[in-house]
Amino acid sequence: MNSFEAFKDPALCRALLARLVKEADTPYRFMEVCGTHTVSIFQSGLRSLLPQTITHVTGPGCPVCVTHESEVACFLELAARDDIVLATFGDLMRVPGPKGKNLKTAQADGARVEVVYSPVDALAVAAANPGRDTVFLGVGFETTAPAVAATIRLAREQNLKNFRVLSFHKLVPPALAALVADPDINIDAFILPGHVSAIIGAAPYGFLAEKHGLPAVVTGFEPLDILSALLEITAMRASGQPAVVNAYTRVVANEGNPVARAVMDEVFTPVDALWRGLGVLPGSGLAIREEFADFDALRLPGVSLPDAPPLAGCRCGEVLKGKMVPNECPLFDKACTPATPVGPCMVSTEGGCAAYHKYRLEL
Amino acid sequence: MDKVLLDYGSGGRASHRFVADLFFKYLGNDILARMDDAAVLSLAGPVAMSTDSFVVDPIFFPGGDIGSLAVHGTVNDVAMMGARPLFLTCGFILEEGLPMDDLARIVASMGQAAREAGVRVVAGDTKVVPRGAADKIFINTTGIGEILVDPAPSGHRAAVGDVVIVSGSMGDHGLAILSTREGLSFEAPVVSDSASLAGIVGKLLAAVPGVHVLRDPTRGGLATTLNEIAGQSDVGIELTQADIPIHPAVAGGCAVLGLDPLYLANEGKFLCIVPEVQARAALAAITADPLGAGAKVIGRVVADHPGKVAMVTPLGGKRLLGMLEGEQLPRIC
Repeated sequence: MNSFEAFKDPALCRALLARLVKEADTPYRFMEVCGTHTVSIFQSGLRSLLPQTITHVTGPGCPVCVTHESEVACFLELAARDDIVLATFGDLMRVPGPKGKNLKTAQADGARVEVVYSPVDALAVAAANPGRDTVFLGVGFETTAPAVAATIRLAREQNLKNFRVLSFHKLVPPALAALVADPDINIDAFILPGHVSAIIGAAPYGFLAEKHGLPAVVTGFEPLDILSALLEITAMRASGQPAVVNAYTRVVANEGNPVARAVMDEVFTPVDALWRGLGVLPGSGLAIREEFADFDALRLPGVSLPDAPPLAGCRCGEVLKGKMVPNECPLFDKACTPATPVGPCMVSTEGGCAAYHKYRLEL
Repeated sequence: MDKVLLDYGSGGRASHRFVADLFFKYLGNDILARMDDAAVLSLAGPVAMSTDSFVVDPIFFPGGDIGSLAVHGTVNDVAMMGARPLFLTCGFILEEGLPMDDLARIVASMGQAAREAGVRVVAGDTKVVPRGAADKIFINTTGIGEILVDPAPSGHRAAVGDVVIVSGSMGDHGLAILSTREGLSFEAPVVSDSASLAGIVGKLLAAVPGVHVLRDPTRGGLATTLNEIAGQSDVGIELTQADIPIHPAVAGGCAVLGLDPLYLANEGKFLCIVPEVQARAALAAITADPLGAGAKVIGRVVADHPGKVAMVTPLGGKRLLGMLEGEQLPRIC
């Protein structure tokens, strides 16, 4: 049995579930922050097996879904330009901008869009298109930002003049801070992302326990990881000693990955950022530093963040604060579906609303 | 290296030589050899007919190529109606500049696939378009076959109490194409399952003529196909996830890319839905053929949640197995 399989072991899972049913005697509501956790909880069937005392509040999904409409409008304008080639991760292709336009529709209109699997591949795209600027869409959390930063450094070393990055990276801890600052928030504990934490470590989440008294556990993505995290949360609640715990030690070092963070800090600097459905969150984005201005697509002539009207009727903000479950939103499965997503939670295939749509069996 | 020229599609002498040298050599038979405007065929009783166009990129991939796929795809669609595929037509759209060696390899592979499937190519057409107007080679095939059983299997015939069987591992073709196209490699090689199902379906129908549904889960994979059947028959389908065969290399590759193998295409597998009393005989007939060696019972047809597919997970939880909105996109992190 390989390690993938071992952390899915049904017998072990059932044993942990039985313990959870016994130990979770007071009700609580937890949220996961990472879309891969969301999908795992639904896909494994774990959600249907949780004890009645434990309520799963679905999180925001993956980084592409929180890309703001005005950011999407910005790169769609770039896509329409004849002097630009866009290089992007595949999951950004369907994120909707104004009037339902996205990169797929832009491609049909003749835009040059190359799907890449790594930011470094975008350098090859730039080399293959000497007459045009290749712009890589820098969308992602702390997980992807270091690789994009390293790519920018590499472009400078290679003296590549036609490569730029449109940095719409987002940072997880500032967004969590903004969520829990709402006094009406209806979440009692967090499951923290595994991949993001591999870079930043556990310390940046300390405020959850220290300031807000919320237990939080960094964990992996298999059912056993998630069940152990829930047992940990249950125990912390029982003892009245909330803390931020790293239960994913096979991947996440407590101090994170200092090398990756150093590259990220060298190239990027934190700025206020726009989040789809949430608005401006202070210090939650990454801009390219002055020293790397030649690689910053936002500094290209004619590039700006256009104003975008708020998403009419979208209640993702409340879903993300645990005040509403996805199918209570008036738009759910009506105006807002995976084909015509409105808010971040439906845009991402890993978002809470998309997971409700895809996995929830109404009997 | 010789390349396909626009002249080859002109209808003149160059076209005739091209057709004679290549297509008759690999696909020739007495009906095609008559060179009339249309093929004359003799068929008895009700027939099944299907058409499909093949534009796969890359045109060569582990386990097959666009030529064998163009035969298998259409032959299998005809076979899924409970029919014995007999005749095929082929239309080729070739991009100017396509290497002749590649074309010869593809046509030879079609000839071999057709012989193995027991079908004859009885009509064909070739067009050459200017460079850039098509991507290397597009093939359309239309197939026709005699229906072997009455009533014929159909997506409308799944009934509560029936058993769902798949003939082997899911997702091999889809991941093989994706990984070849994107230059990805995994620990173990992933090979397309492209194959003709005409033979194995013939044996199954001989043993169990009362099969309710036959379907090959091509685009959209097992999940999409079962959702279509649940909708057509207005029944629920409940699967046991642990029983669905998936090759470990496919499971591993999908885990890395954030893909679900149950939505990936298969080109040499089928699923059949049979009354429970015939499940054992059906499974025996399928597993007796090498193409069905990995067959498993994966679920049953239920009265609950009509139109929907539910899956019992290895943990014992139950969740919806829905349809996808569009193609699966590899994820960012």
